[in-house]
Amino acid sequence: MNDIGIGSLVIICLIAVFIGAVTAVQFSYQLSGGLVPRYYIGYVVRDIVIIELAPTFTCLVLAGKVGSNMAAEIGGMRQKEHIDAMEIMGVNTATFLILPKIIAAVIVIPLLVAIAAFVGNAGGYIATVPTGLLTSEEYIQGLRSFFIDYNVVMMFVKGLVFSFILTSVSCYQGYFVKGGSIELGQSSTNAVVYSSILILLFDYLIAIVLTQ
Amino acid sequence: MIRIENIIKSFGEVKVLKGISHTFEAGKTNLIIGRSGAGKTVLLKLLVGLFAPTSGNIWYNDIDFVNLDKKEVREIRMKVGMLFQGSALFDSMSVEENIAFPLDMFSKMTKKEKLDRVNYCLERVSLDGVNDQYPSEISGGMQKRVGIARSIVLSPEYLFCDEPNSGLDPKTSIVIDELIKSITVEHNITTVINTHDMNSVMEIGDNIALLHMGELAWTGNKDEVLASDNDLLKEFIFASPFLQKLRDAAARNA
Repeated sequence: MNDIGIGSLVIICLIAVFIGAVTAVQFSYQLSGGLVPRYYIGYVVRDIVIIELAPTFTCLVLAGKVGSNMAAEIGGMRQKEHIDAMEIMGVNTATFLILPKIIAAVIVIPLLVAIAAFVGNAGGYIATVPTGLLTSEEYIQGLRSFFIDYNVVMMFVKGLVFSFILTSVSCYQGYFVKGGSIELGQSSTNAVVYSSILILLFDYLIAIVLTQ
Repeated sequence: MIRIENIIKSFGEVKVLKGISHTFEAGKTNLIIGRSGAGKTVLLKLLVGLFAPTSGNIWYNDIDFVNLDKKEVREIRMKVGMLFQGSALFDSMSVEENIAFPLDMFSKMTKKEKLDRVNYCLERVSLDGVNDQYPSEISGGMQKRVGIARSIVLSPEYLFCDEPNSGLDPKTSIVIDELIKSITVEHNITTVINTHDMNSVMEIGDNIALLHMGELAWTGNKDEVLASDNDLLKEFIFASPFLQKLRDAAARNA
């Protein structure tokens, strides 16, 4: 939990700030015609960060950071015969090595996603209010307008599903690695590539299912 | 006692073991010898259940090991200790934690009892005061001894050693051999050792099986090795020029 959560907090917050900031600046540019009220920028940033950017970006980044690490760690144990040693001792290695990682991930990653959503909205504020694109009142009015709490549920569902995908795919790649250091590197790369593809695929599927 | 009957193991089209039958006896050091690629490691992995045989049976006393379900295999494995070629010590754990790992997993001992057991095992392999050191901080020979300590911590009935002397100097190899032999006799363990080491063959070979290209080429004990006229055995034993010279000198003197 420590490795996944606290160890990833800084990078997740940093990315979330910039996601929120860039989204706010871009929408501010696109909504500059005067037809749409300015406070809509805060509303758009809030919803897009909560529904899409916080869970997806957070989990894609964690697939690279945590997923590759898990694949390399478990793959290294396989190659050094640590897993064989545990098996011979009678340890159920899948339960002992993989299950705690999945449980930790499905608890911690949704929390990281929630933090990313909060920090992302703060990033939008930082990018628009001090620079004069919006007043503080306009941005906060946007954040408080048309709030649908179901969007938060959607965010957590995505966080849960993506965290399960990134840990299980990464652990699988490490657990069944064969060969030497080149194959170990490939398994680490595959962990990131396959988790990222699956995260994006499930992002689409969840969007379809939960918005019907 | 472990008995194997007509064991065949194939990987795709390649037949690595071609119908081997043999008995590994309790209280004895049972050696599997043979050239690289003969199938020794595959046989050892079959014995501990890391591979499943293509056909044939493996009996742990009266238990049909091949047809056990996963839970029953785990129960057998709790009676098994294994020393790996590279020791397979967990890098991120200290020596004490490595040896205590099976106790943490399968015993209900108190912390004090575990520590006493770990210290007993360390003493048994003549290693004192290394409890807090990490595997990377001790020598290869010490790592092997820690590996032996870990493999005997649950008082196994079966001990498997995959090339216990590889990478060790001759003197340390003898120490490791003597240690394995004495533990085997002391606890009446069925010990199976996969080795290339000629010293081991001649010193602790109570029951030797020579594998050649996946077939059992010779069986006997250390006293029968030199008297055997099996060409494959002679070729294997006297592979080194040094031993060939010794043999020729002994023949001349005779």
